[in-house]
Amino acid sequence: MSMFNETDARALLDKVVKLSKSDECTATLEGKVEGNVRFALNTVSTSGIVSDCTLAVNAAYGKRSGTATTNAFDDASLERVVRRAEELARLAPENREFMPALEKQAYRPSATFYPSVAAITPEYRAQVAADSIGPCRAEKMVAAGFLADGQEFTAFANSKGNFGYQRSTSLDYTCTVRTADDRGSGWVGRNVGDVSEFDAKSAIRTAMTKAAGSVDAKALEPGKYTVILEPEAALGLVTFMMRFFDAREADEGRSFLSKRGGGNRLGEQVFDSRVSIHTDPWDPAVPVLPWDQDGRPREKLAIVDKGKVTHLDYSRYWAKLKGARDTGQPGNFIMAGGDKSTADLVRSTKRGILVTRTWYIRMVDPQTVLLTGLTRDGTFYVEDGEIRYPVKNFRFNESPVIMLNNVEEFGRPERLAGGFGSRLLMVPPMKLRDFTFTSLSDAV
Amino acid sequence: MDRRDFLTIGGLGLAGLALPFGARAVAAEELLSALDVSLKRSLADAALEAATKAGATYCDVRVGRYLRQFILTREDRVQNVVNTESTGIGVRVILNGTWGFAATSDLTKAGASAAATQAAAIARANSRVQAGPVQLAKVKGAGTVNWSTPLRTNAMAVPIKDKAELLLAVNAAAMKAGADFVNSNLFVVNEQKYFASTDGSYIDQDIHRIWAPFTVTAVDKASGKFRTREGLSSPMGMGWEFLSGDPSGRHVMPNGVVNYSTAYDMVQDATAAAQHAREKLKAPSVKPGKYDLVLDPSHLWLTIHESVGHPLELDRVLGYEANYAGTSFATLDKLKSRFRYGSEKVTLYADRIQPNSLGAAAYDDEGVPTQRWDLVKDGILVNYQAIRDQAHIIGEPSSHGCCYADSWSNVQFQRMANVSLAPGQQKMSVADMIKDVENGIYIIGDGSFSIDQQRFNAQFGGQLFYEIKNGRITGMIEDVAYQIRTPEFWNSCAAICDQGDYRMGGSFFDGKGQPSQVSAVSHGSSTTRFNGVNVINTARKLG
Repeated sequence: MSMFNETDARALLDKVVKLSKSDECTATLEGKVEGNVRFALNTVSTSGIVSDCTLAVNAAYGKRSGTATTNAFDDASLERVVRRAEELARLAPENREFMPALEKQAYRPSATFYPSVAAITPEYRAQVAADSIGPCRAEKMVAAGFLADGQEFTAFANSKGNFGYQRSTSLDYTCTVRTADDRGSGWVGRNVGDVSEFDAKSAIRTAMTKAAGSVDAKALEPGKYTVILEPEAALGLVTFMMRFFDAREADEGRSFLSKRGGGNRLGEQVFDSRVSIHTDPWDPAVPVLPWDQDGRPREKLAIVDKGKVTHLDYSRYWAKLKGARDTGQPGNFIMAGGDKSTADLVRSTKRGILVTRTWYIRMVDPQTVLLTGLTRDGTFYVEDGEIRYPVKNFRFNESPVIMLNNVEEFGRPERLAGGFGSRLLMVPPMKLRDFTFTSLSDAV
Repeated sequence: MDRRDFLTIGGLGLAGLALPFGARAVAAEELLSALDVSLKRSLADAALEAATKAGATYCDVRVGRYLRQFILTREDRVQNVVNTESTGIGVRVILNGTWGFAATSDLTKAGASAAATQAAAIARANSRVQAGPVQLAKVKGAGTVNWSTPLRTNAMAVPIKDKAELLLAVNAAAMKAGADFVNSNLFVVNEQKYFASTDGSYIDQDIHRIWAPFTVTAVDKASGKFRTREGLSSPMGMGWEFLSGDPSGRHVMPNGVVNYSTAYDMVQDATAAAQHAREKLKAPSVKPGKYDLVLDPSHLWLTIHESVGHPLELDRVLGYEANYAGTSFATLDKLKSRFRYGSEKVTLYADRIQPNSLGAAAYDDEGVPTQRWDLVKDGILVNYQAIRDQAHIIGEPSSHGCCYADSWSNVQFQRMANVSLAPGQQKMSVADMIKDVENGIYIIGDGSFSIDQQRFNAQFGGQLFYEIKNGRITGMIEDVAYQIRTPEFWNSCAAICDQGDYRMGGSFFDGKGQPSQVSAVSHGSSTTRFNGVNVINTARKLG
């Protein structure tokens, strides 16, 4: 069995915590069932189902702690895993940054579980593949895509009486469509809560339209351009930057949020005043678990408010050392935007480049969060409010910090997942000036 | 998975939830044991029999035990020690000409049989949308064989205390030499892989790898500037002996920088790194333009990996990776037309047999003996990397032996072999090479990397950059990245140092596939010169 209900999970965890003779004990039980189908060249290449459930036991004596895990849940196995964790704790070096187990917390549940996703069958997955492949085959295009769905639960209990249990589901679909002659490429991605929000037959049309429209791309000179980044194109840049909202790194002088002379830039205006980012585990569009990986309760928090940095991530240790508020790390990022669609942003553009998607983004200089990467799967020249023609892909060297100071306009945010880190996000399409393209790519 | 994701295990919170690969954390002593061969054989036979009974025309079974140990430190503190173990059975079948795969952690004959039956059912379900039947290249059954990475000392057997002490000594050396911060880690991997197939193979392999990376950071508080320097060693297919610091592994460059090959003095490198990081804070910024580049093997491995290794993977060329890793500019017509990939000096070969390399094994994960073969010969594209169900597409009679899965629970597929640049035939040292360069940059260590989805346009950074003027190294420079178009870059290859300078670099975490899998691969070369490469300046100012 890989999925436990709350009653069974609590009973098992309570039993484990009671078995421990250590100063402190935290037990975590996590189970999942994941299914997927992968297709390429208009045929299914692989598909599978993986289920797993693991109990992790962390025991601590003073500032020494040890962790052991098992996937067998009979009484003898539970006793064994507790004793092993205790033994490892006794052997471990003392950690002067050790933090004691959390006191009892109040977690407000969030709506992360969709029964429709948990009920997905192999036949449904095969149908998604068929619905993606069929239209492409009919129009001499080639589909390659991946559907991954899953249900999981997380439960934990500790010797101070803290306990949490919640189930969640996930459904993520991506598909790349190329013209049969390899001259055009398009892409579509969908990350949804409920199955009813996803329709492969209509999604695939987006990728097909992009593929057909990107044939015979013209070369433009690299340089600084006004760009309209679709939400997916902005995702990688924004999430890469959000990795560096760590208070300790900033305080240590090795982050773009470090202050010259020491300290961090919390409270400073770092971005354009139209940039606001908050986190909210209960937001119905992007619900996430109400606790972070340390079990700390998540809160609704402003991270960037009208361009000012209002929140940095503190580890429990760093928060204690610095006297900062100890809050759970965000599980989602919600960027503020406007009401306009990507098409509306195009219509108001005199001259610019519309970017479908960005790719292979890597850090060039952490000092400025200078990133490099490329456009792909549909890059278009816009003039006088209309898409004129497809253009060859560009390599960019741009910092999201600079980019978010060059804002022309934001559109209506859309739900996305991934980028760098496994969070859910709401990201708007963005019109930005002076985006730096440094070379051309012949890749289609 | 990238390096950073892997390193997040350093922040394990809820008792180890974030363990990689779905692995279980285990006590160190468990990393020394192995599953009994007779048990593995009986599980494999049960799965083979069940698959055949279910109508499969082919079946292979991998009974795998994957062990990993990570030790993470910063400055004077051990942040975490994690031992993980993951054991299970992966069964792959062909039924109705279609692949099916299922995996289980149930190590009983019934569990193995059930996985085989499920794999057959998946194959049957998928065969309705299959375009054409799978065609497998023939492979001779190996019979009952075994192979182990040649080791002097199994790193899993070295006490955690000794490992932690080494890393803390590394950190202390860096701090003493002027570092503000230092993170050092040790990763040890052992794959105990048992492969059986309906071709009559029972192959037991015990594969070991080790990696000891570190990052030193220097901060200038007054200016707010910070710079890092990473270690110059490479992950290797070796045991604890790699970290002996034996002088035989030292390679002193003309500017005094020390590189390492098959033995690594980590403490010595950390001392140098701290000095380099402080020097980087004050080094002048590069003037953008065209330069002749002299690329050290500690840097060039990554350029080979991205611009040769990946585009010559046949599954990418064919389009199987179009939705994730991408396709390739090196299309099949280019093989027929004898495409000029590089200058006449360029011979690039693939192998899974080089001693001490990350890819070394006797058989791949579909029971094919490993080998060496040319990809680019004297500048001409002559082959790809292909596995059993792809060989027929390029007219090869057999697989190249480069099929791999990163765990029992993931299906095996085509992965990159070691891909290396053959050393120059003429005697040439690094000093000989540099004295002929008028306006160049000497680059040591790998840094930032990015390449498009067809592997045309790439950009690379590095760890250390030195200006070369009129045959002499004048000093360190900063803010360097070079941009290439793959065929032009390899055609600009003007000189390659001889075998005496040959060293391997490599990747511990090369990602590919959906769900994503990692693999480890080495790339060897000698120092190489490329003429007239476009260099950009990466310095920016934030408001």
